[in-house]
Amino acid sequence: MARWRGTLRRAVSPGVLAVLLAAAACGRGGSAREVVRFWGLGREGEVVKELLPAFRERYPGIHVEVQQIPWTAAHEKLLTAFVGGSLPDVAQIGNTWLPEFHTLGALEDLGPRVAQSSVIAAGRYFPGIWDTNLVDGVLCGVPWYVDTRVLFYRTDLLAAAGVAAPPRTWAEWHDDLRRLKARAGPGRWAILLPTDEWAQPVILGLQKRATLLTADGGDAAFRSTAFREAATFYVDLFREGLAPAVANTQIANLYQQFAAGDFAMYITGPWNLGEFRRRLPASLQGAWATAPLPAAEDDGNGVPGVSLAGGSSLALFRASKRGDAAWKLIEFLSEPAQQVRFYALAGDLPARRDAWNDPLLSGDPAARAFEEQLGHLAATPRIPEWEQIAQKIAEHLEPAIRGVVTVDAALGTLDKDVSLLLTKRRWVLAREAAHAR
Amino acid sequence: MRVEARRGTPAETRAALFFLAPGLFVIVVFFLLPIAASFFLSVTDFDLYALADPSNARVTGLANYRALLSDPVFLTALKNTLVFVLLGSPLTVGVALSAALLVNARLARAKGFFRTTFFAPVVTTLVAVAVVFRYVYHPRFGLLNRGLTLIGLPAVDWLGDPRFALLAIVLLAIWKNFGFSTILFVAGLQGIPESFYEAARLDGAGWWQQFRRITLPLLAPTMLLVGLTRTIDYFQLFAEPYVMTGGGPLNATLTMALLMYKEGFRFWNMGRGAAIAFVLFGVILVATLIQFRLQKGGEA
Repeated sequence: MARWRGTLRRAVSPGVLAVLLAAAACGRGGSAREVVRFWGLGREGEVVKELLPAFRERYPGIHVEVQQIPWTAAHEKLLTAFVGGSLPDVAQIGNTWLPEFHTLGALEDLGPRVAQSSVIAAGRYFPGIWDTNLVDGVLCGVPWYVDTRVLFYRTDLLAAAGVAAPPRTWAEWHDDLRRLKARAGPGRWAILLPTDEWAQPVILGLQKRATLLTADGGDAAFRSTAFREAATFYVDLFREGLAPAVANTQIANLYQQFAAGDFAMYITGPWNLGEFRRRLPASLQGAWATAPLPAAEDDGNGVPGVSLAGGSSLALFRASKRGDAAWKLIEFLSEPAQQVRFYALAGDLPARRDAWNDPLLSGDPAARAFEEQLGHLAATPRIPEWEQIAQKIAEHLEPAIRGVVTVDAALGTLDKDVSLLLTKRRWVLAREAAHAR
Repeated sequence: MRVEARRGTPAETRAALFFLAPGLFVIVVFFLLPIAASFFLSVTDFDLYALADPSNARVTGLANYRALLSDPVFLTALKNTLVFVLLGSPLTVGVALSAALLVNARLARAKGFFRTTFFAPVVTTLVAVAVVFRYVYHPRFGLLNRGLTLIGLPAVDWLGDPRFALLAIVLLAIWKNFGFSTILFVAGLQGIPESFYEAARLDGAGWWQQFRRITLPLLAPTMLLVGLTRTIDYFQLFAEPYVMTGGGPLNATLTMALLMYKEGFRFWNMGRGAAIAFVLFGVILVATLIQFRLQKGGEA
């Protein structure tokens, strides 16, 4: 049975199909064209098609077949494709997924290719984002674009509350928030921190240099002093009434509420640059700005504070037989000119530092805050279970925000829950250690 | 007349096996083997690490099942599924029976037209339906909220508010599925001889008495069939919440089938996913047996 299935799978394997297709193409066109299959996710998968004509001109022998996959289904699709042996040659992968596919042994180590590349080199990227692509010392992908969070704020409301500049430290921030709240009055708030998002408490924890997990990623470490301080600061913002205890689902229209002054600050990502320009009324377009996140304390080199090193990478799959052609595509998409075009088309921030010299980016004050922030990124734990753990952080902190349990109690249950989730990982780590001995 | 059990000649046995073989083969390969394999999966911790290296899988006995019972997310899914069944199943039967009575009424015109109309949602692709219903449920521009505000009620964020999302999905599921039950009921109604009603009318029975004394009792087998199939369908509800809400907000529309899919294919915790499948199977089995008992009891 298993053998039949194996034969069947081999018979219809995409590799064979591609060869047949290529053969058919040869028969028709007469020229040997190599087909590279690329999976792009969501909007990026759509926009990347507009970059490809230039690639086709440079490499007429390579035909790129783009398949667009919605973000909501991407993770399942990639995993099932791995199991079914139908992965493409190259794909866009969320950088927090890299550890998972590395564990599966699905990704090619790109280190040797980068060492020979004239386009891609570690030094040309923001170190924080490059770092997320290194799992156990193996380069699993090349950063394509960065997704980090900064502070969006209303300049007019800050000025009215007597705040001259965006905050640089938590102490300044807390003070500013109190002033904003005092001026806003009841029913309005200083800052919006949706309670179902894990990003904000995690960022605060990273700013306090909390490791979140133990060094080998085998157990939870949310009861560490650093994370407890961060969680307390976060929860107190709600308890003091500076932030409303609402989840994203309860916010009917973020942009209307920001325009109405329901909150003066909001921590969010680059996708909202375009949205704020489109959706806020014209009268408010001069009244909002962005700033890098404040640091936990001013220790001389800690300003601004770190933010998340999110984003997507381009990765090659080990099973691919067209790695060389696919690598050409990765190099092409990594060129500064293409990175800038990609930003213009999709609003995704370039992961390369040299792309930021382009006037399109350097001339945009709202984007500049992101550039500064990109120099201060911190990676979340690089283990396959991270996505599930992140969800738990928001879930467990919510009762503390609502005052149902204390911060310590919430962190206790969070620790227990995450530790349970990592049971298998601990066993695998112990097993690997035993084998190594 | 009794048929004596008799051993066939060897040739007859061979012939019987030969003719049965294709059917048995299909049942064993596509039905029994996968069930046995899933059950085996459910007593292991087969997951991402096992996918990377099969020796990372361990037989863990009932650990998956025990873990499920103490998992708040699973208990939420179980509760949601039961609410879906208790709300959706009787409502679908009620709506379908009403529609069938209307279509079958002697005074009704254009019966074929209505039959087709009621059946249309069943054959429409769910994804297309979902797109339309997202507009209907839209908090600001939706048809439903427009109606609510017209009669002076506050607008509701149907899919975004954890209190209403489940109801919104139930309404969609009823609308999508009642047509099939309607057809079954119409067939059942047409099987009741008209002479029974004539006799009842001569005896002075009103509409309600005819319905209670003739229609309902004679419709009982259809009722059992529709009730059972609907209940099983609602227990396995997956596509509606998957395309409309993804199980959100705050797991308010997470069903057991959806959780099984998420555990199995999003996080690749195959052992856990398989355990959920068997718990769901057990729950459906018990619910079906209870329903059998109740309806049998009602008949007696």
